[in-house]
Amino acid sequence: MPSRRVLITGLSTYWGGRLAQALERDAGVEAIIGVDRTPPKVELQRTEYVRVADSHSLIRRIVEAAEIDTVVDTRLVTDSIVTSARRAHENNVIGTMNVLAACGGASSPVRKVVFKSSAHYYGAEQDDPAFFLETMRRPHAPRTAIERDICEAEAAVRQFAEQNSRVCVTVLRFANGLGPDLRTSHTDLLGLPVVPTILGFDPRYQFIHEDDIAGCLEHVVRHDLDGAFNCAADGVLALSEVISLLGKGIAPVLPPWGTGLVTAALRRLGLRIPPEMVNQMRFGRGLDNRRLKATGYRYRYTTRETVIKLREHQCLSRLMAAAQPSYRYEEEVEEFLRWSPSVRQNAVLPGWRPSPRQLAELTKVIAAIEERGGPVNTAPAPRPAAAGVYDDLEADELIALLPSLEAPALEALRAHEAAGASRRAVLGAIDASLRAKM
Amino acid sequence: MADQHRTTLRHPGAQAADDPDDLALGGPEPDSGALPVPAPDLRGFLPGIEPERRVTDWGRSERIEGLVDRTLIDFFYRLWFRCRVEGIEHVPADGGALLVANHSGALPPDAAMIAKAIKEEHPRPRPVNTTVEHFFKGYPGFSMLLPKIGAVPAHPANVHRLLYDERQLVLVFPEGRKGTEKLFKDRYRLRRFGRGGFVEAAMRAGVPIVPVAVVGAEEAQPVFAQVPLLQKLTGLLYFPITPTFPQLGPLGMLGYLPAKFVIRFLPAVRTDDYGAAHPRPWEDKALVQTVAHDIRATIQEELYDMLAARESVWLG
Repeated sequence: MPSRRVLITGLSTYWGGRLAQALERDAGVEAIIGVDRTPPKVELQRTEYVRVADSHSLIRRIVEAAEIDTVVDTRLVTDSIVTSARRAHENNVIGTMNVLAACGGASSPVRKVVFKSSAHYYGAEQDDPAFFLETMRRPHAPRTAIERDICEAEAAVRQFAEQNSRVCVTVLRFANGLGPDLRTSHTDLLGLPVVPTILGFDPRYQFIHEDDIAGCLEHVVRHDLDGAFNCAADGVLALSEVISLLGKGIAPVLPPWGTGLVTAALRRLGLRIPPEMVNQMRFGRGLDNRRLKATGYRYRYTTRETVIKLREHQCLSRLMAAAQPSYRYEEEVEEFLRWSPSVRQNAVLPGWRPSPRQLAELTKVIAAIEERGGPVNTAPAPRPAAAGVYDDLEADELIALLPSLEAPALEALRAHEAAGASRRAVLGAIDASLRAKM
Repeated sequence: MADQHRTTLRHPGAQAADDPDDLALGGPEPDSGALPVPAPDLRGFLPGIEPERRVTDWGRSERIEGLVDRTLIDFFYRLWFRCRVEGIEHVPADGGALLVANHSGALPPDAAMIAKAIKEEHPRPRPVNTTVEHFFKGYPGFSMLLPKIGAVPAHPANVHRLLYDERQLVLVFPEGRKGTEKLFKDRYRLRRFGRGGFVEAAMRAGVPIVPVAVVGAEEAQPVFAQVPLLQKLTGLLYFPITPTFPQLGPLGMLGYLPAKFVIRFLPAVRTDDYGAAHPRPWEDKALVQTVAHDIRATIQEELYDMLAARESVWLG
């Protein structure tokens, strides 16, 4: 069952925003609603943003009112650079509980839950396998706050899946993301002119490009995939390989013993190496990404290419610093653009969705045409009253409405248009969408 | 050849019935150490090889391995231990295979010599992946160097991926550290062969086991005593007293005596022909233990034969 009405929790996260952008391009997705505490950070066209904290009763009302069939939870904090440990815990554990509470139950319209998790679920330890499979669990209990939160959140998701067996639950465990628009502990560390490493260790690293992160999320929204999936680019690089690809120097300055003390001291000096990262810098981590690949997803970048992309970005960002204006969500403007009856021009934007008013008018027109007895190719018949509204629609508005119509309605519309105004542009567009529907 | 062996074990029909349970999120999860029950065949989805890279996904570095091989290992193989290799034809030319050998020497030279023997003598030289204790992944220095020259932490999942998915050669020492910490007076007496995990791994992957008997390594680095106190202080696996260690410092670990090495590869043991009664032979603990015991006995007898025929420790 394809997803048609999607709720994205955590719209203001990078992943939530990218997913919304990707889904907007798909005419098959009729509604995209994003909830979060803070406004979205990327430009969105038809996604509706609702400011909601992780309150399950409010989310539940949105889910039921909008008949949401797919909930994508991109809220999880997987890097302690984002916020304090206490707030991360609130968000990761309590927040996940609330979102799941809003989706579950017999009366819920939700058929699919996608949960964005992290490979921190597996941890990074001495006795790890070289490639984690989805069925494996971490060999030791988590030692850092973030890892504990992630494990707890996944446990909640697992329990949800057991209790709601008719809901398709997908868990995506992402490797460390890299990309020009992402800022994580790792991009910070790899952005230093000389990269500090732990003396005597050369961990294995696997990354995923930001485009692939959005791609993976989109892939699982489009396909019903039950269970957990590792998302990581092909190829596992040694950290020394990563650093030399970036054209930087290696400084093995962190001591192998007492690393925690030294990183704590460095944190005071401004170099943040969070605890969950220290373990990765010591033991590294590899994921077996084949299960997701077997479902048909093709990664755009390998780990090596991801690192090379980062290098290109690092070179350019020095030249283009502050050249790009950052996006700011303007609530009133977005409201106006989406709902004001005066807005006509945005109809031509790709992926635009008809407003409720226009849709209601169009259905009225089509009902009237069908009442008259299907396509009529004879001389102009007496016009039904509703057709007056139809004639009020501009050609480009009409064209924008076409993707939301089924084939019989299109045929009826074509006959009506041919009998009436017979604007060439409209006829051509109807023919084109009819061909596409065939 | 090896392919046919695999298909008998991994019957497509049997797989389909298993998969949903194995992969379901809510399903019972195996212990971290245990291997997942056979997943669908994902070998077609292994990452492609990037020709620009000189390091494998396991961290094996062509450059560093080549450097160590040309200098240190070549010297020991040709001049110092003057290795004699017998039965190299028992090592399959393609497909996965599990090499099982006896283990000795405080810093065991046998692994490198077996790998070098296959590189030098085999008509189709293949890289050998040696399993080492997880300890080395956590010890600075070793952690950096060992993966680069072809060592892999001895995790069942690693062995399975190498044998089944990547169809490579894996060398294991089932005695583990019990073999390398034993004293000189116990030489050539095989310790317990773990818990038979290596047999399970070979059965799961449906690959043959090639027993290997190595003579000479015990005399190359005799261990006279173990010092538990120093072991605790250094955090090492064990702290042996050898002719050169610790007198000559850490480099004394490489202080081998020039014993003559004889490496004998024995006929391969198939692990995929237990018939219809055993579709999943690795679940039969009794069978696993029997096979493990047989292989241990084969190597032990072969060692006694080789020792009886040996005229001199130093000249062979």
